[in-house]
Amino acid sequence: MHSNSPRNSPSGVPATIPDAVRINGLHFSYPGKVHTVVLAIPEWRVARGDRVFLKGPSGSGKSTLLNLLAGILVANKGTIEILGQNLSALSARARDRFRAAHIGIVFQQFNLIPYLSVLDNIRLAAHFGKKDRTDLDLTARQLFDMLELDNTVITKKASDLSVGQQQRVAIARALVNAPEILIADEPTSALDSDTRDAFMQMLLEISKTQGNTLIFVSHDTALAPHFHHVVNLAEINQAGGSQHVC
Amino acid sequence: MFVKVAWHSLLNRKYTVLLALISVAISTFVLLGVEHIRHEAKESFSKTVSGVDLIVGARTGQLNLLLYSIFRIGNATNNISWQSYRELAADPKVAWTIPISLGDSHRGYRVMGTTQDYFTHFRFGQNTPLSFAQGGPFSQLFDVVIGAEVAKKLGYRLHDSIVLAHGLGQASFSIHDDNPFRVTGILRATGTPVDHALYVSLAGMEAIHLNWKDGVKIPGRQMAAHELAARDLTPKSITAFMVGLKSKMATFHVQRQVNQYQKEPLLAMLPGIALTELWQMMSVMENTLRLISILVLFSSLLGLSTMLLSSIRERQREIAVLRAIGAPPFFVFLIIQSEALLISLGGIIVAMFALTMGILFAQTFLAENYGIFINHFAINHQTLGILGTIVVSTGVLGLIPSLSAYRMSLHHGLTVRG
Repeated sequence: MHSNSPRNSPSGVPATIPDAVRINGLHFSYPGKVHTVVLAIPEWRVARGDRVFLKGPSGSGKSTLLNLLAGILVANKGTIEILGQNLSALSARARDRFRAAHIGIVFQQFNLIPYLSVLDNIRLAAHFGKKDRTDLDLTARQLFDMLELDNTVITKKASDLSVGQQQRVAIARALVNAPEILIADEPTSALDSDTRDAFMQMLLEISKTQGNTLIFVSHDTALAPHFHHVVNLAEINQAGGSQHVC
Repeated sequence: MFVKVAWHSLLNRKYTVLLALISVAISTFVLLGVEHIRHEAKESFSKTVSGVDLIVGARTGQLNLLLYSIFRIGNATNNISWQSYRELAADPKVAWTIPISLGDSHRGYRVMGTTQDYFTHFRFGQNTPLSFAQGGPFSQLFDVVIGAEVAKKLGYRLHDSIVLAHGLGQASFSIHDDNPFRVTGILRATGTPVDHALYVSLAGMEAIHLNWKDGVKIPGRQMAAHELAARDLTPKSITAFMVGLKSKMATFHVQRQVNQYQKEPLLAMLPGIALTELWQMMSVMENTLRLISILVLFSSLLGLSTMLLSSIRERQREIAVLRAIGAPPFFVFLIIQSEALLISLGGIIVAMFALTMGILFAQTFLAENYGIFINHFAINHQTLGILGTIVVSTGVLGLIPSLSAYRMSLHHGLTVRG
C-alpha cells in the first residue's frame, strides 16, 4: 500500500502528488492461457502532467495494457498504481467508478453511443463520473467552445456527425469529468490529414489547459514530436514478440 | 438512466423491434383471448338455465338434448308425441312443465312454440324469472313474443306484423306468409339465448303448418282465421319439455320413470349434470388451447431474446464505449433487460387494445351464431396473473442476451473483437 493512503483524502487521490501511472513487476496473461504471458513490465512510470507517445505495433500487448490501465483487467502479478491508487486493491465496481472519475478514454473511432444525442452521450459520461447537472452544462459549454463545436451539434444524434466531429465530441466526453489522465488510442487514424492536424492541435491544447496527463497510443511516428516522451511498448514489455492479437 | 438508453436504442432499431413487439402482441392476444372466452363461455353457459329440474326429449345424448333445447344449437333427432307429454306432465310429482316446439325461424332467429308457462316458470342466471319490457305473453293464435335482441336488431315494436319461415335458414324460400303474426310482447334482455328467439303458442305453431305437408305449402289451401279457430289445434308432437318438480328429492325417481317409459324412447336429464359433462368434454380442448397459446408465447419470447442476442454482437463497440466511460457490466445487463421488458410491455399493451376491440366485434357474432354471450374484456385477477407471468418470463428469457452482454462487457472491456 502506498504510504499516503487514498482513504485520507476526500477526492480519492493522495495529497502528495504521486505519479499518474506507476507499474511495478507487472505480469499479465489471459485466464485459460496462463502460459502465454502477454505483458511483463518490470517498471514503467508516467509523471503527472506528462505527455507520452506510446508506440504500440500490433501484437505488442497495447490493448491489454490499455484495459489494465483503465482497470478493466487486473494484473496477475505486480501492481499498477494510477494516481497513487493500486487498482488491484479495488473491487470491480470501485474500479469502474475510479475510471469514470479519473480516466478519460478516446478510441480510434466509434467513441459515442450512436443512437443518443451528443448531449446525452456527454450526460451519460457525467452520470458515471457523478458530476452534477449545473456543473456539467458549464464544463460542456467550455469544452465545446475549445473544440470549436457549435451549439447545433449538441442536439444531433451522434451517428449523424462527421467522423471529425465525432472525434472532437469524444474529447469533450472524455474530459467532462475533468479526469487527471487522458488515454487516446490511435484517435487520429480514422481522420484525413487536414482534420488530423486540427484535431492534434486541439487535443494538445486542451489537455495542456486542463493539465491532464496524456497517454497517446499510435504507430504514426510523425506525431511523436508533439510529446515529451516517446515510449516503445515493445521495449518496456519483456513478454514482447507475443503472438497475441491486438 | 439505463431505461433511457434502452429506449433510444430501441427507437434506433424500429423495424426489428416492431416485428418482435408484434410477435409478443399476437401471442399475448391469443393467450388472453383464449382465457377470456373460456371463462366467459362457461359463465354464459351456466347462467342460461336455472330452476329447471329435468329436461325431457326423444332419446339422444344428454348433451345434444341440452344444446338444442336450451342453447338452440343443433337440432332434435326426434319428437315426443303429445300423448306421452301429457301423460308424463300429469304425474303428481310434477309441479309444472314447459313444452318446446322448434323448427321454424324468422330472419335467422329461431321460433319456439311453447305455452304461457314458459314466461312464468322459466328461470335464468341466479333464479331470475323472465319479464317483459313491453306488452305481455301471447294470448291469441297469431300472437308472438320476441326476445330483446330480436327486437333490437330487427327494429320491431309492439303490434308489428311479422312472417315466420319454415326451417332455419337466414333466407328461407318457404315462408308462412299466409299467416302473419302480431307482436304482443317484448322480453327484457337476459344475456342468454332467450334474447335471440321468438315465442308463439303451440296452437299458433300448429296453425301455420296445417295447410303444409312435408315442409312444402300445399297450393290452393288457405284458411281464414275463423276457419282455423274452429279446428283442433292441439299439436301431434313437441320437441322437448322442461320439468319443474314439487320436490327436488323426486328428481332421480322421475328421471328413471321417464327413461324407462314404455311407449316411446325418451331421455330425461338434469341440466346441471349435463353442463358438468359439457365442461369435462371441453376441458380437454381448453387445456389443449391453453397449452398451445403458452407455447406460442414461449416461442415469441424466445424470438425476442434471439433478436436481442444477435444485436449484442453488433453492439460490441457500444459496450466498449459504455465500459470506457465507467459503466459497470451490470449497467449493460440492465440496458438489455430493459429493452426486452419494454418490447414485452409494448406487446402487452397492443394485445390488450386489440383484444378489447376484437371482443367488441366478436360479441355479436358469437351471440347470434352460437348463443354464447361474452362480456367486454376487463382486467381481473386472472389477467393480471397472466400478464405478470409474461413479464417474468420475458425477464427470465431476457437473461440469455443480457447475461451475454454482461460477460462481454466484463471480459472484452475496451477491446472490440471480430
